[in-house]
Amino acid sequence: MALLETHGLTAHYGDFQALFGVDIRLDQGECVAIIGANGAGKSSLLRSLSGVLRQEPGMVLLDGRPIGALPADDIVALGISMVPEGRRLFPSLSVEENLMIGAYRSSGNGAWDLDAVYGMFPMLKERRTAPGNALSGGQQQMVAIGRALMSNPRVLLCDELSLGLAPVIIRDIYAALPRIRQAGASVIIVEQDIGQALKVADRVYCMMEGKVTLEGTPEELSRDAIHKAYFGVAA
Amino acid sequence: MRTPPYLVSTRTRTSTFGAIAAACLVVVAIVLPAFAGRGLIQDLFFIFTMLVLAQFWNLLAGYGGLVSVGQQAFVGFGAYMLFGSVILWGLNPIAALLLSGVGALLLAIPTAFFAFRLQGAYFAIGTWVVAEVARLVVAQWRSVGGGTGTSMPREAREVMWGVTWIQSVFDVRDSAARDILAYWLALALLVATIGGIYWLLRTKRGLALAAVRDNMEAAKSVGVDAARMKWMVFLIAAFGTGLAGGLIFLQNGRISPDSAFSVIDWTAFVIFIVVIGGIGTIEGPIIGVLVFFALQTLFADYGSWYLIALGGIGIVIMLFAPRGLWGLISDKSGIQLFPIRRRLSGGKLADRSKPSREE
Amino acid sequence: MIWVDTIVQGILLGGLYALFAAGLSLVFGIMRLVNLAHGDLIVLAAYLLLVIVSMLGLNPFVAALVAMPVMFAIGYGLQRFVLNRVLGADILPPLLVTFGLSVVIQNVLQEGFSADSRRIPAGTLETASLPIGPVTVGLMPLLTLLSAIGVILALQWLFYRTSLGRAFRATSDDPVTAGLMGIKPQRVFAQATGIAMVVVTIAALYLGTRSNFDPTIGPARLIYAFEAVIIGGLGSLWGTLAGGIIIGVAQTLGAAINPEWQILAGHLAFLLVLLVRPRGLFPRAND
Repeated sequence: MALLETHGLTAHYGDFQALFGVDIRLDQGECVAIIGANGAGKSSLLRSLSGVLRQEPGMVLLDGRPIGALPADDIVALGISMVPEGRRLFPSLSVEENLMIGAYRSSGNGAWDLDAVYGMFPMLKERRTAPGNALSGGQQQMVAIGRALMSNPRVLLCDELSLGLAPVIIRDIYAALPRIRQAGASVIIVEQDIGQALKVADRVYCMMEGKVTLEGTPEELSRDAIHKAYFGVAA
Repeated sequence: MRTPPYLVSTRTRTSTFGAIAAACLVVVAIVLPAFAGRGLIQDLFFIFTMLVLAQFWNLLAGYGGLVSVGQQAFVGFGAYMLFGSVILWGLNPIAALLLSGVGALLLAIPTAFFAFRLQGAYFAIGTWVVAEVARLVVAQWRSVGGGTGTSMPREAREVMWGVTWIQSVFDVRDSAARDILAYWLALALLVATIGGIYWLLRTKRGLALAAVRDNMEAAKSVGVDAARMKWMVFLIAAFGTGLAGGLIFLQNGRISPDSAFSVIDWTAFVIFIVVIGGIGTIEGPIIGVLVFFALQTLFADYGSWYLIALGGIGIVIMLFAPRGLWGLISDKSGIQLFPIRRRLSGGKLADRSKPSREE
Repeated sequence: MIWVDTIVQGILLGGLYALFAAGLSLVFGIMRLVNLAHGDLIVLAAYLLLVIVSMLGLNPFVAALVAMPVMFAIGYGLQRFVLNRVLGADILPPLLVTFGLSVVIQNVLQEGFSADSRRIPAGTLETASLPIGPVTVGLMPLLTLLSAIGVILALQWLFYRTSLGRAFRATSDDPVTAGLMGIKPQRVFAQATGIAMVVVTIAALYLGTRSNFDPTIGPARLIYAFEAVIIGGLGSLWGTLAGGIIIGVAQTLGAAINPEWQILAGHLAFLLVLLVRPRGLFPRAND
């Protein structure tokens, strides 16, 4: 049984349909990347998994249990937490408070606590009392990752970690990924940066126009096939 | 000559029918005092003046997005302008009515200046503060009775224009004649109010108003001066509310700060009328005032229980049918008596793949 | 010397207005909701205290402890089942619902307790006073001001030192992302209104023991509270205390000149501040 899977997942914003029957799966310990162009439905997929968008119960299964209709706050309690697109730190909260609020619903058992996050991103400790939005983009992304880890999730969803960041910062942030996986989280990353995605993922789904158009391990997939699945035309 | 292939219009079949019916109703209303008893005339006066207040509050809140709970400031100040100018300057009360509107308009300028500094919900309480200040200041005005109020002098009532003519035509006593006069003035004010608001909403300004209400930022970006629209609506509403206030207390004959600046009578009831009938439509307040009058007639003797029920109904409507009774009727039947939405008819609308743009 | 006394009395009166305002400020700060029934809820709490005091024969301060959980439940339920349904971008529905609620509460109290004015008996405390330097200060007014300071300290602690306070601020910033943290915004809002009603109970304790009250005085208390909040700057609790004190001092000064000018002087002080500092004396930076 997969840790997390979707069955015929659809998503609508009013009259606009964003997802047309998406089936993906994430196994225990895996890191899966979802790639695709803007508007391919990647973010809608993550928003459906995290409960920001609520769907039919059976469309999303965690340990085989239907969770598709639960609200975001219940999904977190079940062990799925998200690093949202654009970081979305709370400006009224300091860096440390932003991290602490990540553990709002958790009992405090697990690998991740303030010390562990500061151990991974030492520069956050220096800025712990600064307001969340006073940090650089890369530091904000570190806070957002740390905040999501504070609930000690079984599944970590990362939406566009590299968005708007310099390459050297992106490298630093992705350097944290092995440690996160080692501590027990299975990971789904959504990326527009294909190279980065192929480097870190065990398996890759490629999406276009709300459907999965390609699936495989990074080794299996040729650049040509990805290009085709990404843009819908032969290169 | 070729006819244009399409037509932009706000008219619907029911609205044409409605316009004819409305014209007939107005004619009937004008000649009504010849047949009706004094009680009916007084009831209709009440309905008409409440409807005027409701239409202006609806213009503010439903179209202008300005939720004021301080409209009693303009009712009260308008009424006091009337009494003040009659008592102090010996003006004819009918002429003084105009001063009610002008006075309220002048009060609206500083009110808007202060209240527009407050955002959203705080604007509401800001207008309330101004109304309280107006009430407390007026209560210090000794020559119109201070805190206890005063009555319209007998001489002023006797010289009111038109009363002797009405007495001779309808063969009634002077008090009944004054009621008829007030009734006609209320009818005229009502027709001017509904006609004026309907006209305003159908002009380019009216469209801009809807745009400001729906999304201020977007409206600004297409060149609508939101601040100017708000000022315009606020001043118009104050003028009309002041006129209505003057008229109400002219008919009443007696005034006091507590009755003229009553938040329950001139704002709470008015809000219930609009909410129950349907906010953001011209039809809504009309339905609302009829429901309100029926409730008032049937249950006003129950005092507190009546107000509890009225408040409760308002809350329930806001929770479960926020567009009011007219919203329910309009959704079910598709009827619009005062359509302001522009409709496109004719042309090649059916063939949407090839939009026709021929001139 | 009489002026010193007047100003001291005004500062103490300001404590009462700060208590009226603290709950309003709390609710607005978290969910941008202005509760037009706030003043009537204070009066409702005063009647609740009156009932507890007269039926159980308790000291008013003990009665307040009994009333607090009841008022918390009323606030929680009101938010959970009524106000949460109308929260949103459109300010009209919550305003109209709370305005309707104001009318309902006033008339329910009128029906239940008649229009007569009442007072919560506080025994010898009512008249107790102590000399502080050149002026003599009533014990109840002094307790009011100290309670206001205590309430603000407690709310500061709640906001900045507890998990619930972090949830309040996070939800106020961004309810969707707060949901991703496991916070239920609907529940957080209900808790906030519940806490505001506990503060309202404290305000009612001093309202009811210091002066007479009747079912119709709620809206005026709402207006004082609102003026204190705006003068202080939206969302600033210490600013709210300063705002309350400014209204209080203006009122006692106005009353010293002419008793009929008391209320008017408070309103004029508010309009003056609005003229000079439209965002209040201590505006919050990130608003």
